[in-house]
Amino acid sequence: MNAKLTALVPELALAAGAVLGLLAGSWLPRAKQWSVGVLAALACVVGLVATASSWGGVPETVFGGSYALDVTTHTSRLLVLSGTVLVIWLAGESLGNHPRKAEFYVLSLLAALGTIVLAGATDLLLLVAGYLLASIPLYALAGFRKDAPGTEASLKYYLLGALLGVTMLTGVTLLYGVGRTTRYVVLVRTLPEAPHSIVAAGTVLLLAGLLFKIGAVPTHFWVPDVTEGAAAPVAAFVTTVPKVGGLVAVYRLVSEVVPPTVNWPSLIAVLASASMTLGNLAAFFQESVRRLLAYSTISQVGYIMLAVTVATRSELALPALLFYTGGYVVTNIAAFAVVSEFPGATRIADYRGMARSHPALAGVLVLSLLGLVGTPPTAVFLGKLEVFSAAVDGGYTWLAVLAVVNTVISLFYYLRWMVPALLAVPGGEHVPLVRAGRWTAACAYTAACGSLGLGLGGGLVLPGLTGTVLP
Amino acid sequence: MNVLSLIVFLPLVAAAALAPVPARLGDRVFTWSWGAAAAADLALVVAMWIGFDADGGISYEQRLRWMPSVGIDYHVGIDGLALPLVAVTAVLFLACAIYSQRRLRRAKPFVLLFLCLQTVSLGLFTALDLILFFVYFDLSIVGMYFVIAAWGHGNARKSALKFFLYTFVGSLVLLLGFIGLYLAAEPHTFDIVELARANPLAGRETYGAVVLLAIGLGLAIKTPTVPFHTWLPPAHTDAPATGSVILAGVLLKMGTYGFVRIAMPLLPQSWREYAWIVVIVGVVSVLYGALVALAQEDFKRMIAYTSVNHMGYVVLAVGAAGLIAEGDEQARSLAVTGAVTQMVSHGLLTGALFLIAGVLFDRRASYDMGSYSGLAGRAPVLAGATALAAFGSLGLPGLSGFVAEFQIFTGSLASASVPTALALLGILITAGLLLRAFHRMFLGAERLPDTPGSARRFEDLRSREIFSVLPLLVLAVVIGLLPRFLLDVVEPSVTSMIGVVGR
Repeated sequence: MNAKLTALVPELALAAGAVLGLLAGSWLPRAKQWSVGVLAALACVVGLVATASSWGGVPETVFGGSYALDVTTHTSRLLVLSGTVLVIWLAGESLGNHPRKAEFYVLSLLAALGTIVLAGATDLLLLVAGYLLASIPLYALAGFRKDAPGTEASLKYYLLGALLGVTMLTGVTLLYGVGRTTRYVVLVRTLPEAPHSIVAAGTVLLLAGLLFKIGAVPTHFWVPDVTEGAAAPVAAFVTTVPKVGGLVAVYRLVSEVVPPTVNWPSLIAVLASASMTLGNLAAFFQESVRRLLAYSTISQVGYIMLAVTVATRSELALPALLFYTGGYVVTNIAAFAVVSEFPGATRIADYRGMARSHPALAGVLVLSLLGLVGTPPTAVFLGKLEVFSAAVDGGYTWLAVLAVVNTVISLFYYLRWMVPALLAVPGGEHVPLVRAGRWTAACAYTAACGSLGLGLGGGLVLPGLTGTVLP
Repeated sequence: MNVLSLIVFLPLVAAAALAPVPARLGDRVFTWSWGAAAAADLALVVAMWIGFDADGGISYEQRLRWMPSVGIDYHVGIDGLALPLVAVTAVLFLACAIYSQRRLRRAKPFVLLFLCLQTVSLGLFTALDLILFFVYFDLSIVGMYFVIAAWGHGNARKSALKFFLYTFVGSLVLLLGFIGLYLAAEPHTFDIVELARANPLAGRETYGAVVLLAIGLGLAIKTPTVPFHTWLPPAHTDAPATGSVILAGVLLKMGTYGFVRIAMPLLPQSWREYAWIVVIVGVVSVLYGALVALAQEDFKRMIAYTSVNHMGYVVLAVGAAGLIAEGDEQARSLAVTGAVTQMVSHGLLTGALFLIAGVLFDRRASYDMGSYSGLAGRAPVLAGATALAAFGSLGLPGLSGFVAEFQIFTGSLASASVPTALALLGILITAGLLLRAFHRMFLGAERLPDTPGSARRFEDLRSREIFSVLPLLVLAVVIGLLPRFLLDVVEPSVTSMIGVVGR
């Protein structure tokens, strides 16, 4: 039992920030609740500094082998914390003088903490704990505004999450039963000798919960409702941050723990194909920008799962997974920042003529949407390049071809939004574009620059994304 | 800083400098700055040409580490294959800048977009890294999409979307091919020079065939060859004149340039094996493009189809160069030299023809050949320019088209006699259709389309139009009469490339 608390500074900072924020939020007057946001951002920054300083250390597991400190955990911390900072930044103006503003920050911090735990867990029970911690605050956040769409979103999210959480627990029970332990290191030895069918069933049930977190088909039903019904910053958070933890957890589990007798690559490949194809097809004729982005995230997750499919077959898989996820997080937040900047504009038509009235923000929108298509030189392009390379290298050329076909299809619906925004003349029956404020816009610019910078400067980042993944 | 990188990024820097300038200062600020930047860039290209050492190797090379862990570098350089295309690109962009003075809708975004497009186009022809090449390839599509969609006429949005989706498919298939090359090389790299040296697919027949299929398909869509040409006519018809010039003069060359820069030297074995398919595709493009052009009533659409025909000659030549069993090395070099000359010649002549189409549209908002007649009387300069461009395009001796096509046919005849003989028919058809078009529109009794709101008299070329069209034609004449200055640059690089294909 090596209880190295110093190794968990980012997690502890988030927990401390949440507790302090909750206490402070209960006493602070409404006009001063923004200070909890500062506190939350500070907690994230402390975590980021700690992550950066521990980068590149020898991979190890702590707390009795239940928590891994390796490149995937480090990267997940980095992505989750950066994503959380951006969302906190976004939320400042969108939420205005909401009486429970402090709660938003606290819940975000807790969900971020759960997501990191999900990524680092090397014990089935800790994985379940991470799942719950990453989910329950988000159920509350989805209904944060207490309006009808938010409540509906929250309820759907909760019901599906509860169901799949139980499914996941059943999977854990099965694996525990045949593996006689919940620790990954031991499971690596015991599972290959266990009955294959039970191991396979347990794996599938366990994956169900994680797929729910990343919003992949067939557990994606909550995504459009939550993205549309919740407040814009919440939607930005839900569609980006938890996916990091879920994807890394799936990667760790299938690449290190599940025995090769279970044909998981085929399962993941089918789910990846279904996610990207169904997500794209559903996004085609959406009129609501948030629903469009929601379905786009489902398809993006499908692309990222290509890297998971070839986890054990290609050395390129790990950097591809981590880089694409990072690029996706920052690009998607940029798109949501534009959505948050114009709270009144909910339909594509409302963005008509945006380039005339708000040229810089229209630039951010184009950059983020073209970025999501995978146009160079943005981050997602490099991510797609890596993911396609990994898939071809791992012998899944058909999956790469399918991803290419889907990329072309996706161009169509991103253009449906981009073209009126850029080329149309303002006028007609639509809500005028009213800006939320400067801070949100600044966040949009920052995220867009991040997407571009990550694409151009990928050479500096990519070498840091390789390493051993610990079971 | 390397002069080549300076040439490539100068327009982008100009765009960045112009971006914060408010649009209300007037269009002149932007169009003049654009002209100045394009002229400066052309001057640099001329200086580079003078300093260029034609020894078949790569000059002005620069290699910076960009993403070493994934085998991507910022690697640029120029040889005899790329330099003429860089020069044509710089010339055409300057011609567009001159042509666009004083008659632009929403000048600021247009100028910024064209400056970015210039960087992208120049960058593509200088890239020596597959991913760098791809970045420019993809961005050229995005840029041209917005040019057509925002400044086009008629059914511009739809045509632009078709162009975007179609060529985007091509670019992604191309990317898959690049990934195939990357994974085959040990250590993995996207560097064109290293890949040509390592020849990673030697002896791996199926793998090589699949990679060539992907790369060939991607380039064939961009070129375009029959049957992947259907995006081209609507895109050209609905694009603004300057957009068409760049699309035909520069963007189409990206496809054919890809053949000589990537497909041939990096996949020599597969190229030789499947060269006969390339030859057939080339001949079909030649004949089909010519025949369909013959049936057009729309002047711009007709030129678009002659582009398919002209690109067909290029494809025929590069295919014939792969048929190694027949024909000696000299003949194959001649064919490829002809192909590069054709790229240059087509850029200049088709650029001029599209500008002329733009002039017609400016005056009478119509491309319908049937509604124009006897323009020569009213507009002798326009008639002369059109005649010169048409004659050049159909391959009259003394103009650049002849130099190109003569070399292509002489070089291809030995290795692919029957296809070459068939392709000769294409020349006959294009000659017929261009003469007929000229005859219908410029000779005979004067008749003009009755477009509401246009001036009663048909005006001859104005000065900005003369200064944009004539230099292109002068260059075509110079290449036609004194081709050595161009061929001396092209030939050594072609010879060394043919050596690589033959190994």
